[in-house]
Amino acid sequence: MNLSKRAIQFLKTLFQYKSALAGSAILLILIAISIYTVIAIPYEQATYLWQAGKDIWLDNPRNALPSWVNIFLPKKLPETITLDTTRNQAGVTKIIVPIGKEMSKVITEMSFIYNYDDFPSEINLFYESNFTSSPPHLTIYWENPEGVKFKLKDLTVSNKGAYYLSSDEHLMKMLQDYMKEKFGKDPEYDITPEIGLFAKYDETILKKETASPLKGEYRVVIEGVLFEKGSDVDLKLVVYGKVCGMAGTDHLRRDLTIALLWGTPIALSFGITAALSIAIIEMIIAAVSAWLRGRTDFILQRITEISMTIPFLPTLIMIAVFYKLNIWTLLLVIIALSIFGPGVKTYRAAFLQIRSFPYIDAARSYGASNIRIIFFYMIPKILPTIIPSLVLSVPDFVFLEAALAILGLGDPIAPTWGKIIDDAFSAGALFKGYFYWIIEPSFLLILTALGFALLGLSLDKIFNPRLREV
Amino acid sequence: MENSVLLSLRNVKKWYVVRKGIFGKPTYVRAVDGVSFDLVRGEAISLVGESGCGKTTLGRTILGLEEATSGKIIFDGKEIRISDKEVLKWYRRQTGFVQQDPYGALPPFMTVKRILEEPLIIHKIDKYERIERIYRVLTEVKLTPVEDFLNKYPHMLSGGQQQRVVIARAMILNPKLIVADEPVSMLDASVRVEILSLLKELQRRHAISIIYITHDLSTTRYFTEWIYVMYAGKIIERARVERLIKNPLHPYTIALLRAIPDPDANNRFILRDIPPGEPPSLIDPPSGCRFHPRCIHKILGLCDEKEPPEVEYDKEHFVSCWLYVSK
Amino acid sequence: MSFLEVKDLYLYYRTRKGMLHAVDDVSFSVGKGEALALIGESGCGKSSLARCLIRLLPRNVEVFNGHIYLNGTDLMRLSDEDFRKMIRWRKISMVPQAALNSLNPVIKVGEQVAEPLLIHGAASREEALEKVRKMFSLVGIPEAFMERYPFELSGGMRQRAMIAMALIMDPEVVILDEPTSALDVLTQANIMNMLKKIKREYGVTFILITHDVSVSSELADKVAVMYGGQIVELSEADDFYKASLHPYSQKLMASIPSLREEKNLEYIPGSPVSLINPPRGCRFADRCPYRMEKCSSDPPLITINKSYVKCWLYAK
Repeated sequence: MNLSKRAIQFLKTLFQYKSALAGSAILLILIAISIYTVIAIPYEQATYLWQAGKDIWLDNPRNALPSWVNIFLPKKLPETITLDTTRNQAGVTKIIVPIGKEMSKVITEMSFIYNYDDFPSEINLFYESNFTSSPPHLTIYWENPEGVKFKLKDLTVSNKGAYYLSSDEHLMKMLQDYMKEKFGKDPEYDITPEIGLFAKYDETILKKETASPLKGEYRVVIEGVLFEKGSDVDLKLVVYGKVCGMAGTDHLRRDLTIALLWGTPIALSFGITAALSIAIIEMIIAAVSAWLRGRTDFILQRITEISMTIPFLPTLIMIAVFYKLNIWTLLLVIIALSIFGPGVKTYRAAFLQIRSFPYIDAARSYGASNIRIIFFYMIPKILPTIIPSLVLSVPDFVFLEAALAILGLGDPIAPTWGKIIDDAFSAGALFKGYFYWIIEPSFLLILTALGFALLGLSLDKIFNPRLREV
Repeated sequence: MENSVLLSLRNVKKWYVVRKGIFGKPTYVRAVDGVSFDLVRGEAISLVGESGCGKTTLGRTILGLEEATSGKIIFDGKEIRISDKEVLKWYRRQTGFVQQDPYGALPPFMTVKRILEEPLIIHKIDKYERIERIYRVLTEVKLTPVEDFLNKYPHMLSGGQQQRVVIARAMILNPKLIVADEPVSMLDASVRVEILSLLKELQRRHAISIIYITHDLSTTRYFTEWIYVMYAGKIIERARVERLIKNPLHPYTIALLRAIPDPDANNRFILRDIPPGEPPSLIDPPSGCRFHPRCIHKILGLCDEKEPPEVEYDKEHFVSCWLYVSK
Repeated sequence: MSFLEVKDLYLYYRTRKGMLHAVDDVSFSVGKGEALALIGESGCGKSSLARCLIRLLPRNVEVFNGHIYLNGTDLMRLSDEDFRKMIRWRKISMVPQAALNSLNPVIKVGEQVAEPLLIHGAASREEALEKVRKMFSLVGIPEAFMERYPFELSGGMRQRAMIAMALIMDPEVVILDEPTSALDVLTQANIMNMLKKIKREYGVTFILITHDVSVSSELADKVAVMYGGQIVELSEADDFYKASLHPYSQKLMASIPSLREEKNLEYIPGSPVSLINPPRGCRFADRCPYRMEKCSSDPPLITINKSYVKCWLYAK
């Protein structure tokens, strides 16, 4: 039977076990995600995006939930509405009317339909203008579906800037006064512009719990004056929703899917590389130790024993505190700290047994060298038995990286699941109720562990027949 | 056939350290305690003895798997020392090893083809000659058609077939000497004859010297010319097969032969005369002749004090016993 | 009816590869104080047959029926609990295969040999140890060894201890499963001497299971040859060792090297038949030099004088 037939036979035996099927399915999905991610979003691009440099994420809401939660919610959370004069969009019109030789008037009208059951999280108006010395001047008006109009602000633009409606105190006071005048009493909370501009103007607005948005068409009209000939102003209105993307966003408005996707290949390659390297190196050390015996054995075993008594995690933490590690250096450090570990002892015991097998004697008798015996006769015998423990150890390293990241000692750049959890903790996610932010990376971590555990357990049953049920 | 000596052992000893002892002397297991003989080219001898007599250790020491504590091993004129790597490597090509456990002697993860190729790869035989030799040797051990066996793994073969592969592997470097340690004791009765007759045939055809180690004296008649009887690390009698069986000299040999039944319905009525006691410990062997505590013929003052020399009592019949030393 | 009579015994195991016919319609009888040798190669079912007699069976037994008459009583009709209390070790005991490893390494030898007595509540501690002393002298172990641990005993001594343990409750039938296969020639002879003495002086009925035909002749009054889970020949010793009947027995005898005479050895081509889903008809047919057409159907048991043989060659 050649290699492929043996492989097929092996797979048949393996997939008798449902746990193996489940585990392999999970791992295949994770691998597929990894491959897709690596191709679709190259690493440099991912890290660039994840650095959250200046304006990359400005179009995203902060701490938004994944969009699909709307399927399950009775009250539909708003999506982000973006109206941009630079794009050809329905609902955006811009007219420039020259006045005289130099000046012109620019009237921008942005209208949108708002049909959600909840208020937006934020409203921003971005502008960009090309002028030399005289900045254009804008006046911004708001109109709700019932025709109630407000003048929001007068402003003089710069080359690039934004009008943050949500933090405009003047606007807040104006809305506050408007309500007081309309209903005779103060609202019971501080009305923010997201609520104030979108609410139904009835008694319900007085209590934050009862306030609800007015559905219909909203218009924002920006009248501007351009003082220079040839200058222009572009505007972008972003009405930030509360849901965004497949996985939501974080406090820096970053779409979490990027980190979740990229976390997959990083987690898999980190875990597998660590587990594989450590197992192989431990095995070689054990084989050399068991075969050569005498002084070599003595020295290697004492090194192993000393290494095993050194506490692993505190040492790792110490190193991470003193040296800023990137993720691949971290991998090397973990491997270096682990290779003289308990595996050496276990494998050495197995090798000592194998050493006295007749076929090893036979190999010596026809002249096999020590190296040959170690690598061609002893290691292949033990290889099947180390595979289950190898597979089962992968999640340990995945969690280790995540744990270090959560402690703030991981790679500051790499978009990993642990990093997401770290950011979430630092931003007080659980305290603020942003559960999705923690659950998503945790779920993926657990799923990875589950996949390897299921597969590892069924491999264990195959390679250690004593565990097999008759 | 030349009658020259192939293998010469001169007072070979193999002692194992049991306890190093910080104070006082270390204790040794004297597994092989002074063995000397000459093995002629093309000759097959049986090395018989009970378990613990040192025969397996002697076999392994001859093969160079154990380093002799003292004494000389001379093969084809060259002295074999473990420290001399070049000679040792040459020596490995000259010797073959057939072991007791056929399944254990084969790496379970290698195919038959690979198993047979290993010795050839190690000794740098070129690729084309390799496949030729493999075919030839498998045909000789009657594992045909060869193609059927090349890609099989050991667990797919029967015990007898496995042992044939072991023999094939031992032959593949065209050795001059084969040490076979209990090659059939783990096989079924009906298969033993197959393997023994195979060894006999190979020995005749290629004029290989064979050292056949066994505790089953009845098989020695079949293809060996001499029997060497070992007791407590020493060879106490050696002779041509027929001579030894017809006329055993040493009291131990006599007892050994008496103890072996041939299938006979009358056996159940007779009690065999067996020396009492057990084989001695090799750590602290008896003084003088090792067999004396169990020997009914012992001469006090002689057998318990001095070790008997080997004498040629009869033509091609050597014995180490004071009873046969004439003053 | 003979002292020990086995009739139509079946033992099948369920395995992953199929149904294993370990004992497939076996019948034989043994007189009181007689020794029956059960000869066969590995995988012929002889150890399973021994286990039937002492009812130590694994969990995956599918079929276990037939009759085992001891002094007229059919043991197969006893419940497991009754069998344990009344028969096992009291009437029928066994020295298991590889007995050298059957001793508990952390209990002194004297204690262990006394255990059957103590477990069955048949004696007090002093009485039991006294019995052990007697047994040790019978099997040739110095009394001092009662205080030793198994690892301090040689192979021969351990085997003697196991035999002492098998005899400690004065059973009527003792099954010896390969009693000397791991021992040296001299030790083997000594132990066979001891068994011969015990048989003569105490009239114990022995069932000796072995693959070594020569050793079997040391004790056997009757010989049964097993192949493929069946007894293919059952003869008196005097007849068997001179001239056996069944082709398998003959080939087996011809494959044994003889120490004292020049002999042309023959071997049996092929390998022993598998007990899993055995073939129809005679199980030895494909290795038999005398194979005929008829052999494709199961041969009957044919009685010749005091023997019987399962072979078409002897059918009229």
